[in-house]
Amino acid sequence: MSYEKQVSLQEQQFMDKINAEEKIEPKDWMPEKYRKNLIRQISQHAHSEVIGMQPEGNFLTRAPSLRRKAILLSKIQDEAGHGLYLYSAAETLGTTREEMIEALQSGKAKYASIFNYPALTWGDMGAIGWLVDGAAIVNQVSLQRTSYGPYSRGMIRICKEESFHQRQGYDIMLSLVNGTPEQKAMAQDSLNRFYWPALMMFGPHDSESAHSAKSMEWKIKRETNDDLRQKFIDQTASQIEFLGLEHPDKDLKWNEERGHYDSGEIDWEEFYNVIAGNGHCNRQRLEHHIQAHEEGAWVREALAAYNAKKQAKKTKAA
Amino acid sequence: MSNDIKSATLEYTTRLGDDSIVLGHRISEWVSRGPFLEEDIAYANVALDYVGRARMFFGYAAELASDGRTEDDFAYMRDDRQYRNLLLMEMPRGDFAYSQVRQLFVDVYYSLVLPELMDSKDDTLAAIAAKAIKETRYHLRRSRDWVLRLGDGTEESHQRAQKAVDSLWGYTHEMFEMDETESVLADNDIGVDTTKLRDEWLRQVSSILTEATLEVPEDGWAVRGGRIGYHTENLGHLLTEMQFVHRSYPGCQW
Repeated sequence: MSYEKQVSLQEQQFMDKINAEEKIEPKDWMPEKYRKNLIRQISQHAHSEVIGMQPEGNFLTRAPSLRRKAILLSKIQDEAGHGLYLYSAAETLGTTREEMIEALQSGKAKYASIFNYPALTWGDMGAIGWLVDGAAIVNQVSLQRTSYGPYSRGMIRICKEESFHQRQGYDIMLSLVNGTPEQKAMAQDSLNRFYWPALMMFGPHDSESAHSAKSMEWKIKRETNDDLRQKFIDQTASQIEFLGLEHPDKDLKWNEERGHYDSGEIDWEEFYNVIAGNGHCNRQRLEHHIQAHEEGAWVREALAAYNAKKQAKKTKAA
Repeated sequence: MSNDIKSATLEYTTRLGDDSIVLGHRISEWVSRGPFLEEDIAYANVALDYVGRARMFFGYAAELASDGRTEDDFAYMRDDRQYRNLLLMEMPRGDFAYSQVRQLFVDVYYSLVLPELMDSKDDTLAAIAAKAIKETRYHLRRSRDWVLRLGDGTEESHQRAQKAVDSLWGYTHEMFEMDETESVLADNDIGVDTTKLRDEWLRQVSSILTEATLEVPEDGWAVRGGRIGYHTENLGHLLTEMQFVHRSYPGCQW
């Protein structure tokens, strides 16, 4: 069989599997673009977990009660853990964590743009948990059915913890709106600042999305950006109402016919501007990551040297 | 419980809570700054253990005080002159070697203190100690491993580790000194007589440092004062940060 024929046969078998809703596993044949697309998406997801530790870490040392401090610590610990699973899932596709970190630090790989917005008040810890983790869950629930086995299984595990994160965020908001007028104002301010960026987390409109069509065909993505965003808009509207806060979208209106909310237009100029690296915290987040990484270099070297010495001793003894 | 013993127990419990919250806070400063991701997880985990201990100790202190104060009042509404933590706990985060050496000193200390506290006639303190010792055993495994790796790693890591040992040594003596309050509680089998633990601590720490090719410092220099609220300048800054939000909005529920 000619090489081309063999490839097209493999591709046919691959697509048959995808169409039959079977998972693709690390050792299975896959098109190079499928592999690259997945590495891009999974590593971006891992980087988001890791960079996301920064805005919350920023309030870890200022949490207003011991209970909240403990919950926030536990949440950030989960996030670091999610980062680890996801890096490992990406490694099954033939990349390494070092390569992924290098791509993050050089700006080649992205992370969720939401983390380029500053966390300024305790209310932001509520808004981030509720809206940012909430938007992430809508996306991740859908990704539990993604076609790549390790990614899908990672998502199933991560979703369980993410729903705790969202609840703790909403719970912070509840405490604030039931508190003093200052606390309620803090909640409103955080909602106002994080609502639109949370909607942007779903990415550009389907018509503008660079990777969407192929990802849908390969079932890496299971639902479109706009459909997922709509779900989030719908579920968030009633949550905002329950909190007794003003909705930041003045054009939000229930559409009986569609069975969904119609909403105002996102400021796409802002979206692309932040993606291009011009947001409030883009530079700060990367510099923080690079600095920690560089400051840890001597530790990683010491670890390698120590292990090499141990190994040498073992070899000598044997 | 007699009133004297009760107020001594309150003071003692508060001290243990102060040690926990101050160290937990310091460790939490590492989150997102570790040398690699696994260490971020480990730091968050250890910090969480200490914040958890602080809650248990302050919760019990609030119960003993029974004057309407809560665990948060103990953590957030006292100034540095009222804090009673050991100075070692409040020393800055420093570099990775500094934090791990501090952790080794603390972990060996707690691995000796907590089993004794488990035998306390005070059931609550005994129960907290029983929970905490499990955490400490895991912490010690980690800090011991790291000190070995850093001491016997590269030239740079060795120097950093030795510098940390030398800088922190003078803050370790205070861990084994007791005032009237602690002596009374030790005599009544409620508190731990830490003066008896110094030799074993020194033996274990020396053995680990030696294995790590590090030198055990001479004992000449010692700083003390945490238990009477005579702190280093570090604590004020730590509390400023920790208490800012809580104090800016007085009387709120969070």
